[in-house]
Amino acid sequence: MKLIPGAESALPPGESALHYRPAGLTHDEMLDPDRNVRPAWSRFVSGLREMGPQGLTQRTEQVRHLLRENGVTYNVYGAAKDLDRPWLLDLLPLLMPEAEMKSLAEALKQRLKVLNRLAQDIYGPRTLLQSGLMPAEFLFKHPGYLLPCFGITPPDDVFLNWYAAQLARDKSGRWVVLGDRTQGPSGAGYAVENRVVVSRTLPQDFHSLNVVRVASYFVTLKNSMLRLAARLSDNPRVVLLSPGPRSSRYFEDVYLSRYLGYTLVEGGDLTVRGDGVFLKTLGGLLPVHVILRRLGDLDCDPLDLRPDSHVGVPALAQAARAGRVIVANALGSGFLEAPVVQALLPEFCREFLGEELQLPSIPTWWCGRPADFAYVEANLEELVIRPAFLSRGKSLLGWKLSAQEKADLLARIRAKPARFVGQSPVAGSTAPVWVDGKLQPWNLTLRSFAVYDGKEYQVMPGGLCRVAPDSVLLAESMAAGQRSKDLWVLSDGPVDSVTLLRDSVPALSLRRSTNDLPSRAADHLYWLGRLVERAEAFVRQIRSIVARMTTEVQPPGLAAMRLLVESLCDPGMSPLCVKTIGAPADWSQVRAEVWSFLRDRTRRGSLAKTLEDARGTASVVRDRIAIDSWRILNQMELLPANSPESTEPGRVLLELNQILTLLSAFSGLGAESMTRGPGWRFLDMGRRVERAQQTLRVVRGLLVNAQVELLPRLEAMLEIADSSMTYRYRYLTTLQLAPVLDLVLGDDTNPRAVIYQLVALVDHANQIAAQTGDTNDESPQCRLARELHSEVRLADIEALCEVNGLNDREALATRLDNWLDALRGFSDSVTHAYLTHTVAPRQLTQLLVATTK
Amino acid sequence: MRYRVRHTTTYAYSDPVVLCQNQARLSPQTMPGQTRLEFSLEINPVPAIRRPWTDAFGNEVWYFSVESPHHQLEVTGRSLVDRHVQPLPNPSETPPWETVRGGLASGRELADRFASQFRFESPFIVELPEARQYALVSFTPNRPVVEAAIDLTRRIFEEFDYSPATTSVSTPTREVFQTRRGVCQDFAHLQITCLRTLGLAARYVSGYLVTEPPPGKPKLIGADASHAWLAVYCPGWGWIDLDPTNNVIPQEKHVTVGWGRDYGDICPIAGVFTGGGRQAMTVAVDVTPVASGAA
Repeated sequence: MKLIPGAESALPPGESALHYRPAGLTHDEMLDPDRNVRPAWSRFVSGLREMGPQGLTQRTEQVRHLLRENGVTYNVYGAAKDLDRPWLLDLLPLLMPEAEMKSLAEALKQRLKVLNRLAQDIYGPRTLLQSGLMPAEFLFKHPGYLLPCFGITPPDDVFLNWYAAQLARDKSGRWVVLGDRTQGPSGAGYAVENRVVVSRTLPQDFHSLNVVRVASYFVTLKNSMLRLAARLSDNPRVVLLSPGPRSSRYFEDVYLSRYLGYTLVEGGDLTVRGDGVFLKTLGGLLPVHVILRRLGDLDCDPLDLRPDSHVGVPALAQAARAGRVIVANALGSGFLEAPVVQALLPEFCREFLGEELQLPSIPTWWCGRPADFAYVEANLEELVIRPAFLSRGKSLLGWKLSAQEKADLLARIRAKPARFVGQSPVAGSTAPVWVDGKLQPWNLTLRSFAVYDGKEYQVMPGGLCRVAPDSVLLAESMAAGQRSKDLWVLSDGPVDSVTLLRDSVPALSLRRSTNDLPSRAADHLYWLGRLVERAEAFVRQIRSIVARMTTEVQPPGLAAMRLLVESLCDPGMSPLCVKTIGAPADWSQVRAEVWSFLRDRTRRGSLAKTLEDARGTASVVRDRIAIDSWRILNQMELLPANSPESTEPGRVLLELNQILTLLSAFSGLGAESMTRGPGWRFLDMGRRVERAQQTLRVVRGLLVNAQVELLPRLEAMLEIADSSMTYRYRYLTTLQLAPVLDLVLGDDTNPRAVIYQLVALVDHANQIAAQTGDTNDESPQCRLARELHSEVRLADIEALCEVNGLNDREALATRLDNWLDALRGFSDSVTHAYLTHTVAPRQLTQLLVATTK
Repeated sequence: MRYRVRHTTTYAYSDPVVLCQNQARLSPQTMPGQTRLEFSLEINPVPAIRRPWTDAFGNEVWYFSVESPHHQLEVTGRSLVDRHVQPLPNPSETPPWETVRGGLASGRELADRFASQFRFESPFIVELPEARQYALVSFTPNRPVVEAAIDLTRRIFEEFDYSPATTSVSTPTREVFQTRRGVCQDFAHLQITCLRTLGLAARYVSGYLVTEPPPGKPKLIGADASHAWLAVYCPGWGWIDLDPTNNVIPQEKHVTVGWGRDYGDICPIAGVFTGGGRQAMTVAVDVTPVASGAA
């Protein structure tokens, strides 16, 4: 079958758009040098022809839709606003005959054998150094050579439990390793997610082509972790250690922890006691036996490794040294990722195995060796210069340097030659990508994954491809590639019908309660609840203000309006109170205050800031909330403060209503889809505390004053407390203070009333105390909730309505202040009992000289 | 000579410390010229756990953790050590320093390859152009390595002021060069920087200096404190100790605890703690000669 233009002109017009013309300079995955479709692709290509451009475009849309459904994103470092970027996946998989995958897998196994032996040697007998095969610079200049790990032997002497290789083809079509990933390699989660999406989108092809399944990779990983853990306990606990939500890999951390069923932890969730590792949970310390780490090894332990690490676990290396915890991959294996290792690997392979390295690395010259340096010097235009010891260091492209830049670079290399390698770029192959309604040849790299099964390495019969229109764009990071592709390994015969769905992971033992909720996560959930509820209260209050701002001119009842605006802040804290002492209220000031409170991100306690904080808090507990909830929070965007519409009341009302709808959706999801474990309790407890507090605050701000006209304030009060409808049903339209107060404070059938929140808080406090195994004595937080509840319940509402101060309802003010204090006391007590955790450990003072004698 | 050493470090905190995890490097090495007879470690409050291990340099490290709330932590290492005079090479007969450098760079000899561990930059030792210039005054062409190193030691002793008030442990060597003052670990780091910048191997030594002044002689600086000096690598001999703070070649009056690439590898006590508020630290060291059959 030919795809050259002449042959295609014979095809119906709809199909000629499948035009695919790789430049012919490099290996193409689909076409051979004569532009014949490679045998592995022929059936698939016929399928594409049948599908036609319309079918391809339609399915591409389907892929995008499925990815969005599944919430697949890729984080780009940094601020919450661009935390999540959609994951882009090309519809067309890369096809590979099973025989090719098998030989690639064999070669990877050999490579892993060598890498493991290398790690054993440098952290043990150092025979390579003794024999002189390993230069001293190679070892002792390498910042990834972790001296504290010297002498620590991992179980079975296996340093690499899981691993990934970044691969590309050279001009001749041979696979070459661009880089080794030895510290919790990323990408396997994406590979599986890609498979789910593409196989659903191209179901016929998937079945007729006998595509080998990839799910076994995670089954093997899980089994191997279980086997490791079984050495330490009959009832082992495995956790996934993540650098946290600021990491670009956090999406996958969450994904893997869910997929594997491991608790996702950050360094602060773990503590070393004795020489064992424990998870800090609400219920106390629970032993941890295996740590599957996605954290770089230098960051793992501020005592033994990098002292300024804030994400590590102090004394983790000690626990590993004592054999009380298994860290996978072993601490110190980051050494193997450095490009300098690739330069010497063929020699090490010969030494260890007496064989040639089957899978070559990207051609690498280490300037620490005079002959290599001479080569780099002579061939600089054709080489990429990279730091020798950093796996993700910045690289310089020799052919892009000016004469002066070249001279400078060579001078830098000459000063510290051991720090640099030169690498000859690998051409990479091209593969068809469906872009803008055409098949285009894009450059491709492949990430291949392996896992140790207890006896040997298993290589995933699939992988993660990254494609980009330009080979230079395809550096090694996943952020660099523009789209991903699935890899289909085609079997000659029918494949095992292991399903790819998630239940192919062995059945988990049933657990009803998740008592291993880390305190950190509980704390964040509690604050998420508070912030979301706070935002809702603000939105309601601002909405009822803006609804009264229909004209530019001063509305009637300015005094009441001013109270309404002032009460956005705690009593006496509004800028209006400060600015206008004695002065008549100025309408423009009141307006300005509303807009500032609504949109000023830099202002503490503003709605904009509250929403931002809620998003930030949610981003750290994404593994604990539904993906949909997270998406809802991300949709809550306010208009920018400088846009002309931002002060146009009608437009603002629309905006506020939208946010309110989203907030309600968030609450609804929480209420409907979270299991009633401790996580939900803390989230809900946060909401209840906040709702009670906000209602008390608004009552305090609006209704204590007895001078200003009451009716508009009562109306606003009911709106803000979302109780207008209930009131009208109950009392028709006569607005009076006592019934309003009763409805928002003491009516326990009104889910907006303060008393209703207190009932819930009493229940939460008791349940959490019971679940976390508190003693029989009533805990302080249970007592505080109970006392506050009975106070509010017994309050004499009629008496509170009396004007007994100078001009104010002072009894009401005093009572409200007491309740607000009690509520704060309750919140502090909860924090103290369950959530104090984030105190960062510090280094001891070090002084050599005696200060006293 | 036989010595009894007591080294007590006390940390006091304004708020209780709830968890404290530490490493103590207080146990003297046994090596040519020195035999450790006894070592004991006393920790107050009693730690939840204490375990010894041997680090990559052969030093004995004690890990311990205190897991009950405490306002004060006291760590005392007690040891009994025999110290003998070691024969030294005749400095003027040692190989020219360029030859030593060449041997280290080529890595042909096994001993040289292992000594190279102490030839490169490390967290406290960063290459400095001024260190090179400073060192070259002593390291004239073809000068025997130990002779040149001893000369460098003397110059540091004469040209830098010992001044405990001016530096903390982490004073960068660049700053010591500017101010020309420092304490023992600064001078050790300084001379190590000089030697490594030239391509030689030098290691940091942590230990004690015996306090008893000989009759009529002044008391040596650094007495009754933990002390630090360095050793330079001389092929065929191994490591030659040099004390730039006192301009001496450490012999029977220096008790070695251990060594590393710099202070960070062998600091007497390192730890991480949670809680505590403000912290204050005091150190008390006694080195007392005791009668022994051998002495």
